[in-house]
Amino acid sequence: MLDYITSYLSSNTTPGESGNVFWALVYIMVVFGGISVAVMAMNWLERKALAHFQIRLGPMRVGPHGLLQPIADAIKLMTKEDIIPAEADKFVFWIAPLIILCASFAVYIVVPFGPTHAITDLNIGVLFMLGVSSLSVLGVVMAGWASNSHYPLIGALRSSAQMVSYEVAMGMAVVSAILMTSLHGLGPYGVSAASSGTGTLSMIGIVQAQNEQHVWFLFKFFPLGFIAFGIFAIAMVAETNRAPFDLPEAESELTAGFHTEYSGLRWSLFMLGEYAAMIAVSSIAVTLWLGGWYRPFPNSLTGDTWDLVFSLFPGLVFLGLAAIAFLGVRRMPKHPYFRVQTIGLAGFGAVLGLIGLILFVPPVRDRIQDIFWFVAKVAGFMYLYIWYRATFPRYRFDQLMKVGWKVLLPIGIGVLILTAILGVVL
Amino acid sequence: MGKGQPGDRERPIIMTDRTMFDLKPADPKRIDEKYLSHLELGEPDKTFLDSNELVINMGPQHPATHGVLRVILKLDGEKVLGTECVIGYLHRGVEKIAENRTYTMFNPYVDRMDYVAAVSNGLGYCEAVEKLLNVEAPPRAKYIRVILTELNRMASHQLWLGTHALDIGAMTPLFYTFRDREEILKIFEKYCGARLTTHAFRIGGCQYETYEGFERDVIKFLDYVPAKIDEYEELLTTNRIWLERTKNVGVISRADAIALGVTGPVLRASGVKWDLRKAQPYAAYSDFDFEIPIGTNGDTYDRYTVRMEEMRQSLRIIRQAVEKIPEGPIMAKVPKVIKPPVGEVYHSIEAPKGELGYFIVSDGSTQPYRIRVRPPSFVNLQALDIMVRGALVADVIAVIGTLDIVLGEVDR
Repeated sequence: MLDYITSYLSSNTTPGESGNVFWALVYIMVVFGGISVAVMAMNWLERKALAHFQIRLGPMRVGPHGLLQPIADAIKLMTKEDIIPAEADKFVFWIAPLIILCASFAVYIVVPFGPTHAITDLNIGVLFMLGVSSLSVLGVVMAGWASNSHYPLIGALRSSAQMVSYEVAMGMAVVSAILMTSLHGLGPYGVSAASSGTGTLSMIGIVQAQNEQHVWFLFKFFPLGFIAFGIFAIAMVAETNRAPFDLPEAESELTAGFHTEYSGLRWSLFMLGEYAAMIAVSSIAVTLWLGGWYRPFPNSLTGDTWDLVFSLFPGLVFLGLAAIAFLGVRRMPKHPYFRVQTIGLAGFGAVLGLIGLILFVPPVRDRIQDIFWFVAKVAGFMYLYIWYRATFPRYRFDQLMKVGWKVLLPIGIGVLILTAILGVVL
Repeated sequence: MGKGQPGDRERPIIMTDRTMFDLKPADPKRIDEKYLSHLELGEPDKTFLDSNELVINMGPQHPATHGVLRVILKLDGEKVLGTECVIGYLHRGVEKIAENRTYTMFNPYVDRMDYVAAVSNGLGYCEAVEKLLNVEAPPRAKYIRVILTELNRMASHQLWLGTHALDIGAMTPLFYTFRDREEILKIFEKYCGARLTTHAFRIGGCQYETYEGFERDVIKFLDYVPAKIDEYEELLTTNRIWLERTKNVGVISRADAIALGVTGPVLRASGVKWDLRKAQPYAAYSDFDFEIPIGTNGDTYDRYTVRMEEMRQSLRIIRQAVEKIPEGPIMAKVPKVIKPPVGEVYHSIEAPKGELGYFIVSDGSTQPYRIRVRPPSFVNLQALDIMVRGALVADVIAVIGTLDIVLGEVDR
């Protein structure tokens, strides 16, 4: 038994590939638990960042700087009365949030946080991801239909039309990225002769192809990779129903869109699914175009010195966060009423600092590298999501469709064709 | 629709003690059917898979109907075939209350009509009664009135911009406009103690002299706010999504606008240069130099630009007024008990939302015999149907926002 568990550690593959059920379960727990925590953190960060965009403070009362707000929200939502409208189709109403949740979490099965840090590596990883993530539209339609109410129905219809049409453009962008895995063409950073030259749909394979070709696909065939990435970046916002494409839940038009009739825990499942989907599509974008888990410049800034410099980043980031927390401690009002909060914030800063220090320990430092760079890139996308939400007005339904079908899709097809041609010619 | 609710028209709506005519409908159809018959104005393009039109109820509790407006929408998919506004959810009988109050006592009530532009409402009422009494406010009072009214126009437009942008999905301008509106409200609070329902003016002038440092506060605000207006514009004016959402949305032609009696920025955006501040100057407006911005297309974007420019023009007026403000008394000679001669008067001013008129009938007693208010929001709301027919649901929201209605004024 112990051999079974330890035997995996010496292998150089994901637990899914090596067929080790124990480690696969551990990975699943870690990934899903981590995503749930990330969603909670994202909830707090979004409220805080949005508030600061809008000259507000955001949550400040529950815990120091509202740090415990997500937990308070979770308790509130779980203890809230769970209302199922009398006229609703109860079974469908019950199952819709679960479908959305499962669809958005299942994507993480193939998301590679590192060369071996994935639950499994499917040879059709990208296809699996596209297929599973598009299942969530089913949950949206079911939720809208089962509510048996006008506004959710309109929201669900909007959502299904939106998700289906943006999936096409998204698919075109993804296919052009897949094509790049097999094409040797010259990127601005040159090309290595070591490239195997065979295409792959595996998520890990795509990241490794970027390393072999010495270029992020974002910069490959210069404008082409960039445009494909742009299409994906727009389509993924539409796919996750976020501003400026948040029509299905357009608050000012449809009150809350497809989840108007939901409350309490079921509603929170929708939110959990939405945020998990945001992180999932961002992970995909990072995997396909931004070099996945690789640190910046893995091929041009080589050598032990550079490796050391980049490996210090995770610890430094955590130390920086700890410093911000301690700055917050200093700026806390000096009043007995705030003593508990001040101590709490100091403790939080201490934990962050401790994590930062642990991350400097060489064995941890080397193992955490991949995950850190992956998460950092995804976090960049998360910030973009918040930024969009603070900046843009909402598209109208017909304009949304126009952008999807008349702009993104033709450009996507053009990029795909040009990528193929360039790959053959160069 | 329940019995006795405001939309229940089978129940006679008695506005005065006397029943003037029978309000019972001739055709005793079911209420719902009656409503639908109003909406039988368009038909779906084609019937597909036994689809038919959908009647949905937007409001009275809806985040984007600016209070308690209820719009019954008949939809073909997302296309609007017809609308009907049901109002009265905020009806407080302000006009009826006036009949049981003295002229002075009624003055604070008018603040509760358009509660985001309370100062303008008070100005209109005070000037109407002054016209009836045949007295004129002293020049200093007039200047104070102009300064406060124009500040209030700014505040009203800022609130409009924030909520309108929020309806269209841009969250952030709301907080920026409210931040700057706060500065205006602070000036009001310092001047008369109230922020929203100010009751700033009295019949015959102003009750309060300007406080110490009033001019300095106003000038500080004037120096502070132009950059902030640029900031709002930076977020919206050239934003591609904003342009797509507002250009050619809710178009109302010049002829339609005039025929419907629409006033204010809505009328001016359709290209009609009609502003009561210029057309029939009241208070001290003839002393100031300012432009009337007009639009060309009469769409939502033009209404937006017109209002933005109006904010800047308001600043111009305020600056001139603060610089030229004369010394002197602030109250005309008005009797303690106001007892106007028998007669009637109509006086209208350019409120932020359009022409705000007061028709007062006096029977020679201390209480008005009848006061009729011509509220700009109520009249402008009539244009909603022709502006949104054939548009999409999202446009209805945009148009309700761009009409800048305040339900307190629509229902009174």
